[in-house]
Amino acid sequence: MKLYFKYMAMLLKSQMQYKASFLMTALGQFLVSFTAFFGVYFMFDRFHSVDGFTFSQILICFSITLMAYSITECFARGFDLFPRLIQSGNLDRILVRPRGEIFQVLTANMEFSRVGRLIQAIWMLVIAVSASEIQWTVDKILTVVMMLIGGVAVFAALFVLYAGISFFTIEGLEFMNIFTNGSLEFGKYPVSIYGEGILKFYTYVIPIALFQYYPFLYLIGRSEDVRLIFLPLLGFLFLILCYLFFRFGLRRYKSTGS
Amino acid sequence: MKQYLSFFRIRFIAGLQYRAAAWAGISTQFAWGGMTLLMFWAFYQNGENSFPMSFPELSSYIWLQQALLAMFMAWFFDQEIFESITSGGIAYELCRPCDLYGMWFVKNMAVRLSRVLLRCVPILLVAAFLPEPFGIKLPPDGLSALLFLVSTVLGFLVLVSFSMLIYISAFYTISPMGIRILATSVTEFFTGALIPIPFFPEALQPVIYALPFASMQNTPFLIYTGHIGGAEALGSMAVQLLWLFALVLTGRLLMRRALKKVVVQGG
Amino acid sequence: MIELRNINKTFKVAKRNAGFSEAVKALFKKDYTYIHALRDVSFTIGDGEMVGYIGPNGAGKSSTIKIMSGILTPDSGECVINGRTPWKERVSHVREIGVVFGQRSQLWWDVPVIDSFELIRDIYKVEEGQYKKTLSGLIELLDIGEIVKTPARQLSLGQRMRCEIAASLLHSPKILFLDEPTIGLDAVSKIAVREFIKTINRENKTTVILTTHDMQDIEALTERIILIGRGRILLDGSLSALKSRNSSHKTLRVDYVGEGLPASEQMTVIKDLNGHGEMLIDTDRLSVSEAISYISSRVEIKDLSVVGETIDETVVSLYKEFEI
Repeated sequence: MKLYFKYMAMLLKSQMQYKASFLMTALGQFLVSFTAFFGVYFMFDRFHSVDGFTFSQILICFSITLMAYSITECFARGFDLFPRLIQSGNLDRILVRPRGEIFQVLTANMEFSRVGRLIQAIWMLVIAVSASEIQWTVDKILTVVMMLIGGVAVFAALFVLYAGISFFTIEGLEFMNIFTNGSLEFGKYPVSIYGEGILKFYTYVIPIALFQYYPFLYLIGRSEDVRLIFLPLLGFLFLILCYLFFRFGLRRYKSTGS
Repeated sequence: MKQYLSFFRIRFIAGLQYRAAAWAGISTQFAWGGMTLLMFWAFYQNGENSFPMSFPELSSYIWLQQALLAMFMAWFFDQEIFESITSGGIAYELCRPCDLYGMWFVKNMAVRLSRVLLRCVPILLVAAFLPEPFGIKLPPDGLSALLFLVSTVLGFLVLVSFSMLIYISAFYTISPMGIRILATSVTEFFTGALIPIPFFPEALQPVIYALPFASMQNTPFLIYTGHIGGAEALGSMAVQLLWLFALVLTGRLLMRRALKKVVVQGG
Repeated sequence: MIELRNINKTFKVAKRNAGFSEAVKALFKKDYTYIHALRDVSFTIGDGEMVGYIGPNGAGKSSTIKIMSGILTPDSGECVINGRTPWKERVSHVREIGVVFGQRSQLWWDVPVIDSFELIRDIYKVEEGQYKKTLSGLIELLDIGEIVKTPARQLSLGQRMRCEIAASLLHSPKILFLDEPTIGLDAVSKIAVREFIKTINRENKTTVILTTHDMQDIEALTERIILIGRGRILLDGSLSALKSRNSSHKTLRVDYVGEGLPASEQMTVIKDLNGHGEMLIDTDRLSVSEAISYISSRVEIKDLSVVGETIDETVVSLYKEFEI
């Protein structure tokens, strides 16, 4: 853990060498997510509700998804850039060091300008929480926390999966966008609005529904089932599966060298 | 012109080489389009009356958007151009016997077009066979089809001339990254890539149609679906032409100024 | 102790043909070719040895290095380094080896070199006292005291390479793999790097395995060379044996005063003009000293030099001989 912060300090130092660029990028990141917000806002300006969800409810779902994604992105950026690590041959450098591969990939890159997006996400969550009609009792607060934790686990798993697939194909990686960026994009709304089939897909295949739909039902009072609060923790199961897949890819890399 | 053509040919062949990338791109865009339509379907079920266009029109719009994505997406940039500006390698480019603005313009077009040619056919084919009301339909008449083609070319040129401005901005700032992110997301939003322009609040529509972004993908798509036709379509195309001139002119002027600076400072 | 026994490795590569129609075809069907990168590669390297591992591009050098550093798993065969199989016990194995990839950097680009060093110290969990000792030794030997406080991006290639080597030795590895350590360096830096490699090999008994295309590196550093071509070990022996094996002829360059150079069956005159001449001697039949005394008995020698085959020429003729 100490070493992790060392890496962090080092990368921060590097990025601070270009302060103006850093600030501009952070600002850009901050403003970018506004367009996503306005996209949702305009839709509700016209339609007022979707599938029985009101704007303030959707806003909570949206901000939690966005925040979980931003947190994950802040620390798991190394996985996002993993294909480049393979292509540049720097993965070999990682493999000749006596530390775990995952640890080294995590620390290979952190982009601090993503803080811009995180700040935006926090801000939006605050607005969403204050605008909502939810009574903020302990169980509801716990639900939000669980949703965030589960969200980070699922998004982290998706990043790991992305890196794992890059062992097999770098060209075909674009397909993963539908799961990584797509989960952020379509996770703005509770995934049930896309229909029964998609909900099943997002429950059993790419389990975003575990953190942004089922516990959300409890949060807004559509369900009284207390078990839903802890459902997001299942996201860690997905994370483990994706990690095992990554290990499998790494073994293959070692046997093909490419 | 010949050099541009051969450049285009190389890009196209290079694109074909990466078959996994092509298939991955096609299926991603297909899934993306499908999800977008399902989202709109949910809103449609809820407030059919507030829908600004018919659902089949929207389906055509979304599938065109996906099929021609590489042509109209704002977030594609040629890293080489940025690097040549920031690293000063532009000095070499200036030595070549062609007009730099024209060369970059065509290079951008070639990269985008080669991707689209490879990907649009499968997407449109599958989309044509989707059940009502989710599939893409043919344009209502031959005239719309013709106008659509012309308008697509115009919209494409408007987009490329706009992205040229972003490349040129790299001459004037130490950090093109921030501007790029910002310009990209603003373009994406106002061009109708997030939600089609007809879905914007009525009060905002006049403002949005006054911006160059509406002249990119929105005009040809609306012509295709028959949402606008006849005189209205011709009017929109005149606006496209106007923006094209304005953007190319601005780009060329800014570029000339920037290059003067480069020459004076010695890179 | 490094032991490789019958290592085999095959790669599958997609074929790509030129031309438009071929590209369209490739969209649906791909042809693969198999490349035997290594075939029955075996050798043993003792502790403290310094070995030059040479061969043309694509011969299998880097695959071997990758296998020995635990990055690549071979198809078959055994590799035991200090009692461990590299790809099975990666973490404990790599703690004892150092790797310098001449064409890639392990230093953080934007921060002072010393910061990179400290991070590497933490990665390898080097104890503070030990680190200080090693570092001051390295700084002195490589003469990098002045430059470790500079960010890596501002260093010249020679300075950076010296820092790279230092970075690979901070954890005092028992084995050092050097992959083209002098590539692109100027003459001064090259010599400094070679001197340093010699020193650590002598003083610390570090085993050094060196791959390079620069034959002067080999000549200056290693006594033993292993030649690989098309995935097979072709030659494993001492440099001098290799040299003598191929050079049964030597050229004598003579400046003299006299009538003209004497020719015989064992020595032929290649050139003779105004007191400058060159003679080719068949050293199997006549030793160089015999030749000299014979010449000096006929003419008055003013200056004389013996020109052997250069090491580059030796290697070229070796490549030719093995058709690689």
